[in-house]
Amino acid sequence: MPEHTFRVNGEQVTVTIAAEVRLLWVLRDILGITGPKYGCGISVCKACTSHLNGRAVTPCTVPVGDLQPSDEVVTIEGLPATVGRDLHPMQQAWLDHDVAQCGYCQPGQIMAAVALVREAAAEGREITDADLDGLRNICRCGTYSRIREAIRAAADRM
Amino acid sequence: MATSRRAFLGYVLAAPVLVAAATPTGAEAAADLLDLNDIMTAAALPTSGLISVEINPDGTVSFALPRAEVGQGITTSSAMLIAEELSVPVDRVRVTLADARPELLFNQLTGASNTTIATFTPIRVAAAVARIRLLAAAAEKLGTTDLRLRDGMVLDRDGGRRIGIGELATAAASPRTLAVGVELAPRESFTVIGRPHNRIDGPAAVTGRKKFAMDLDVPGAKPTMVCRAPTINGRPGPVGNLAEVLAMPGVTDVVPISTGVAVRADTFGQCIDAVRALKVTWRPGPVDGKSDETVLKELAAAELPLGPRPLTPVVEGRFTFHFRSNSALETNCAIADVQPGSAEIWSALKSPIVAKQTIAARLGLPSSKVTVHVTEGGGSFGRKLFFDAALEAAEVSQRIGKPVKLMWHRADDSRQGRTHPMATSRVRIAYAGNTVLGFEQRHTSVTTDLGHGLGELLTAMAAKLPIGDAAFAQTFFQFSHTSPYRFGVHSRLLSETGKGFNTGSMRNVYSPDTTCARELMIDQLAARMGREPYRFRREFLRDERSRAVLEKVAGEGGWGRAMPAGTAQGIAFHSEYKAVSACLVEIDCRPETVGRPIRDGVGGPRVTKVVFVVDVGLAVNPRGLEAQMMGCVMDGIALALTSSLHLRDGHFLEASWDDYFYTRQWNTPPDLRIIVMPGDSDQPGGAGELGVSAAMAAVACAYARATGTMPTVFPINHGTLSFTPKPTIPPIPASPTDGADRA
Repeated sequence: MPEHTFRVNGEQVTVTIAAEVRLLWVLRDILGITGPKYGCGISVCKACTSHLNGRAVTPCTVPVGDLQPSDEVVTIEGLPATVGRDLHPMQQAWLDHDVAQCGYCQPGQIMAAVALVREAAAEGREITDADLDGLRNICRCGTYSRIREAIRAAADRM
Repeated sequence: MATSRRAFLGYVLAAPVLVAAATPTGAEAAADLLDLNDIMTAAALPTSGLISVEINPDGTVSFALPRAEVGQGITTSSAMLIAEELSVPVDRVRVTLADARPELLFNQLTGASNTTIATFTPIRVAAAVARIRLLAAAAEKLGTTDLRLRDGMVLDRDGGRRIGIGELATAAASPRTLAVGVELAPRESFTVIGRPHNRIDGPAAVTGRKKFAMDLDVPGAKPTMVCRAPTINGRPGPVGNLAEVLAMPGVTDVVPISTGVAVRADTFGQCIDAVRALKVTWRPGPVDGKSDETVLKELAAAELPLGPRPLTPVVEGRFTFHFRSNSALETNCAIADVQPGSAEIWSALKSPIVAKQTIAARLGLPSSKVTVHVTEGGGSFGRKLFFDAALEAAEVSQRIGKPVKLMWHRADDSRQGRTHPMATSRVRIAYAGNTVLGFEQRHTSVTTDLGHGLGELLTAMAAKLPIGDAAFAQTFFQFSHTSPYRFGVHSRLLSETGKGFNTGSMRNVYSPDTTCARELMIDQLAARMGREPYRFRREFLRDERSRAVLEKVAGEGGWGRAMPAGTAQGIAFHSEYKAVSACLVEIDCRPETVGRPIRDGVGGPRVTKVVFVVDVGLAVNPRGLEAQMMGCVMDGIALALTSSLHLRDGHFLEASWDDYFYTRQWNTPPDLRIIVMPGDSDQPGGAGELGVSAAMAAVACAYARATGTMPTVFPINHGTLSFTPKPTIPPIPASPTDGADRA
């Protein structure tokens, strides 16, 4: 059984498992990192959205064998540390706007939102309605309007 | 002291720290038997059926809520009730979810938007008893009764001397169970109830710390999935390659069970691979061969006739509502650890008592040997009234003698999970001159499964119901439907047909469909009578409270403003759960909007503005109520425009979120306003499902006005299949492997 070494939330980890097992299950079932949620397994619902080297990915579609020792995976658990605070500004905006209902999709929503704001910032532009319309994360509780408000608020503070 | 509407009887339970309690059935009103604040020994009291509030030595307050929190915010609102009566900060109240407690009988069912209505008084009574005991204990210590509670402290008159409630937890306790009369705080004095409060579980939710069933670490409980039949409720026959699949990487067990073939492995990823590899001969299910068309024929045949056609003019309409998926974002899941002679279950359950009893019977164990823990749920909308996954997990665990963490794949949840039943609704309204003479509605539905406790509840209550031994569904239908308009003689009947589908309520059972049909026909009626539709509704609504929300929504929403061709407004009203609501919608049905490109999704008409006005009497947490209404609006948009299941050859074509089109960001209204009316009641109404009906109806009415054609089939896009169906064998899709490339 092959070994795979990569970084998760600032720490180097090594797991021994078949290379094709997707990262989501390595995180959840092997490493006990349960912030990323399962909602579809085919990168449709985006509930597991996390960051790979700073960009949004769905770990349910990343074979663990694709990861290199230098690859940095950040899940919702590791997001605050990326800004050296207890809460990332996006998480704080989420609390300020009381976004979460059941909360199941929220880690993925927040990780997708952070990536979106970073992308827009890199392109030197503001978040637009079209950007928000383009977010694909599903919230079955229907908190979409508060998600939009929170992202706009956090974008000013990131 | 005279008793009042706010006077109740509560209890102090025999315990080492202060535990105050109340009956969960709405608390007994304190009658003449004792004066308020009198305390008497209640030796014979059966205390097991009470709900209780416990004061901890660290100054926190604990309460185990006998309900399921599935996103509706009831842990937050319950904490607020306790904070109000006990004068403690909300963040010092720890609300957990109670294990299944059979002695609570029907008081542990989370459904029908009833939690706040049913628990509002008992929780406050228990907290008020604790308050009295804490003040009495402090009086003993400080030598004065001139004391008050504030911020979790007891203070004397000038605030010079103060004791934290934690320090009083032991002194206020009682070695004997006592009965205590209390008077609840009046609405005018509220400082917590009725003010917006953020969710107490928000920090856990946004940091990933909130634990759902599949996040729990139960030793030895390995990932488990079930390979299911290609048609609804099909049964497994022989397995062709059991040994081969057992030898796959990570797989620990492969075992046929009643619903399919279960696979247990080190990871869910390896479960998915194993499920896909299984070669099973399947036996047919109960609805094999059925399709949308055959079910529509069955519904037409089962439709009860309208009364004799009156001689006066009428408007008539017939509407079809297709199957809709009741999948929450968290799929069905449960952990089970079945040992010889006992079992332990963890799952988000809205009917944990029925689950416990059914699981015990299935395992051949006494009910007392099955412990059922209620976990936080990742959405429900009615789905978690059923405990399919818990039952399956128990069966698998017993068969293999190991703990299992069982989860349904999304495709299973979509194709074999619960659905909102397909239904038709026929409406006839008779009128003459300026008078509406009669309103008839015949709702015909595929049978709704109420076998999760609500049916039992109605059976137990049947003797008290005025309609005798009518069927449960008919009972439920009649009691969930009021007649908000003065439309003369009303006649509403439900008939059900066809079993074999996995049905259930989905953020209400009948009301969104029946209301949508009614409101569309009211627009037709108003047009026929030459009346403006908003003023027409306003004139015929029965009471001032109903008119007030309609007037508010019309005023705030700018009803009647000029709009470009292809766009329009819609307005609708709905009352239920002791609440009234009205919704105004603006929709854009212009071709360039409808046809806007969306990858792997459906655009369609865009709802551009929603104003929703709600009066629930007393809103315990207005911010939580707004959140519920926002969710209801998103559901209403989906039901009217985009979300349905297509039944073909005994199975649903939809298998995930890229083919079941629940509202997405690109469907949401850019302009959404929720207005909570102050209300003048001292009792709360229900909210979880309330808003769907008016929202769906207003979207439908706006669509009809924008396009000039009244829609009669819902959702409006059902006739167009907007995706390529996934295969049914294997029953679940493989996970893609190109995720890193897409980063």
